[in-house]
Amino acid sequence: MNVHARRQPTAAEAALVDAFVDRMGELPGDGEISSARDNAIEALKEQGLPSRRVEAWHYTDLRTLLRSVAPYDSAAGTNALPPIISGSAIAAVSNGVSLVAPRVDGVEFQKFSEKLSEGSVIGDLAIRDGDDTIGQINAAYVTDGWAVSIAEGIELGAPLELQNIQTRGQGHVRFPVKFGKGAKATVIERQAGGEGDGFSTSISNVTVADDCEITWIILREHSEQSTQLAQFIATIGRNAKLNLYVVNAGGKLVRQEVHVLAQGEGCDFQLRGVNLLGGDSHTDVTMTLGHLVENTTSVEIVRNVVTDRARGVFQGQIKVNKIAQKTDARMACNTLLLSDDGEFDAKPELEIFADDVACGHGATVAEIDGNHLFYLQARGIPESEARGLLIKAFVAEVVEELQDEELVEALEGILDKWLAAHV
Amino acid sequence: MLEIRNLHARIAEDGTEIIRGLNLTVKAGEVAAIMGPNGSGKSTLSYILAGREDYEVTEGDILYNGESILDLDPSERAAKGIFLAFQYPMEIPGVATMEFLKVAMNSQRKARGEEPLKIPEFLGRVKTAAASLDMDIGMLKRPLNVGFSGGEKKRAEILQMKLLEPKLCVLDETDSGLDIDALKIVADGVNALRSPDRAVIVITHYQRLLDYIVPDTVHVLYKGQVIKSGGKELALHLEENGYADIIGEAA
Ligand SMILES: Nc1ncnc2c1ncn2[C@@H]1O[C@H](COP(=O)(O)OP(=O)(O)OP(=O)(O)O)[C@@H](O)[C@H]1O
Ligand SMILES: [Mg+2]
Repeated sequence: MNVHARRQPTAAEAALVDAFVDRMGELPGDGEISSARDNAIEALKEQGLPSRRVEAWHYTDLRTLLRSVAPYDSAAGTNALPPIISGSAIAAVSNGVSLVAPRVDGVEFQKFSEKLSEGSVIGDLAIRDGDDTIGQINAAYVTDGWAVSIAEGIELGAPLELQNIQTRGQGHVRFPVKFGKGAKATVIERQAGGEGDGFSTSISNVTVADDCEITWIILREHSEQSTQLAQFIATIGRNAKLNLYVVNAGGKLVRQEVHVLAQGEGCDFQLRGVNLLGGDSHTDVTMTLGHLVENTTSVEIVRNVVTDRARGVFQGQIKVNKIAQKTDARMACNTLLLSDDGEFDAKPELEIFADDVACGHGATVAEIDGNHLFYLQARGIPESEARGLLIKAFVAEVVEELQDEELVEALEGILDKWLAAHV
Repeated sequence: MLEIRNLHARIAEDGTEIIRGLNLTVKAGEVAAIMGPNGSGKSTLSYILAGREDYEVTEGDILYNGESILDLDPSERAAKGIFLAFQYPMEIPGVATMEFLKVAMNSQRKARGEEPLKIPEFLGRVKTAAASLDMDIGMLKRPLNVGFSGGEKKRAEILQMKLLEPKLCVLDETDSGLDIDALKIVADGVNALRSPDRAVIVITHYQRLLDYIVPDTVHVLYKGQVIKSGGKELALHLEENGYADIIGEAA
């Protein structure tokens, strides 16, 4: 047993740690899984939630921001949602319980709860480092999710939609996904909330093997009461491409971490972020990207729309190893600030140990151009609609890069919905 | 149709007065030309008519069909039929021209209590209007005015005017930047819109445009006032003699 924390735990810290005793009996897995859970909760108890003094959490002082933790609510489960693209295969988790596995040729689905019970996922519960609060909470409490394995050379005709629905209450899930060599697929990771007070963590652990072409879209629509802490962790193999979209369109307190290793020569990573931030929300996208070998490329473009008293954060850390010559890495973070009380902090961080590389980053903050607004209004477009058009234009560039028309339309639909509610 | 009475207006930000007691009446069916030296306030007047917030009216009134429009915002004025063809049309990245045209037309229809246009009807209208202005429809797939040449932008303004069918058209130096053929095409476009229930205000520096769009009245703007009004022969006089004698007369 560790010595108790020197300081009085916050209400949220106490709730997070104390629940363990009650939950223990219901959590799947024993033996090594149980001890991994014990270690995770011990680490959490020992460190508490990170404050701004922890560098990785400097702009998201979880200790202050996380006031309370929604209690478990066994009645919060729902059915799967209709997919955003018709014809998608759906693998859903609701209130921390996986629903029915879809049938897709060349793709295996296994409930993560079964994997936990089998004890076949011990490594997956490992905690990244001392700052890995999300990993700690999730390892301690994870109940379910989907382990997905896509066979070599498979090209999925329709998207795969992984749903994590937490309408209220608490849930912790994982999606370990392995793409076999040369697979081509679009995955939509749908992080959906409801009206209620929710607290959830979700970790996607993705292996992109050589020659794959993967588009992965994280789409988050949570209520103004709910907190979600999530991770997307990926490794990319030789000549493989991973296009990751992170679309945040709701949530009171959100942290989406992205940890990617470009570890195969000739691989490419693209991150596109769309943060639609309103109300009193706090949204943090934190990326660490490692270029480990020669000839790898990456581009990150993050577009933020900030209104009301919302606050947003983008931290982008790119590390280029000494042997990773000919790396080409670019990062841009552009914010459209719609209110005086909104705020966005961008923190780029380049750590370059190789000498023959091209790396760059830039950040801008702008308001809606009054000239543009006048022009649209002068053609009869009412102010709020004109603003909407201009905001959409700002984000559309990023969304329209998706080649798939249905996807573009679906995302624009989400954008429209958000605009209607917030602008 | 339009009656501007003793209008005084200043730049909202720093209070500089630009329009200083301007009077102007334009009747339905009339084409009025406004001329005047650089910096005399022609564009400012056009912006104020369109409702731009950067300018503050401190005195006087603007009556449109007998009612003051000073309290209306730009979109409300547009829906009532006021259209400004900009001297410098703005480039708006990310907003597709077609989408913009559709939203603009349907917003105005909505404000007037009309049904939105069906897509085929909308496309048909755009095609016809573009063809009459000798414009390539492919251009309209691009973001609004982005990368359009000077002349293309001016044509795009007239295209919008044709589609929106306004009642009061204000053309701010639509002729500048147009080649000779384009000038003729644009002038034809404007002439086609001439009708007894529509008025056109043409702001220009050159008689050349007025050879094509023959005005009923000509007004000289100087230091924020109309200092002289007359018929089309006034423009010819200015072309020959410049502004010196008229300014001298007024002083
Ligand atoms: N927003 C503004 N800020 C500062 N000065 C302004 C502004 N708007 C107009 N002005 C000034 O007001 C005066 C009138 O400008 P305006 O553009 O109306 O002239 P104009 O008659 O259209 O000239 P031109 O023939 O060159 O187009 C100019 O001195 C101009 O610099
Ligand atoms: Mg001018």
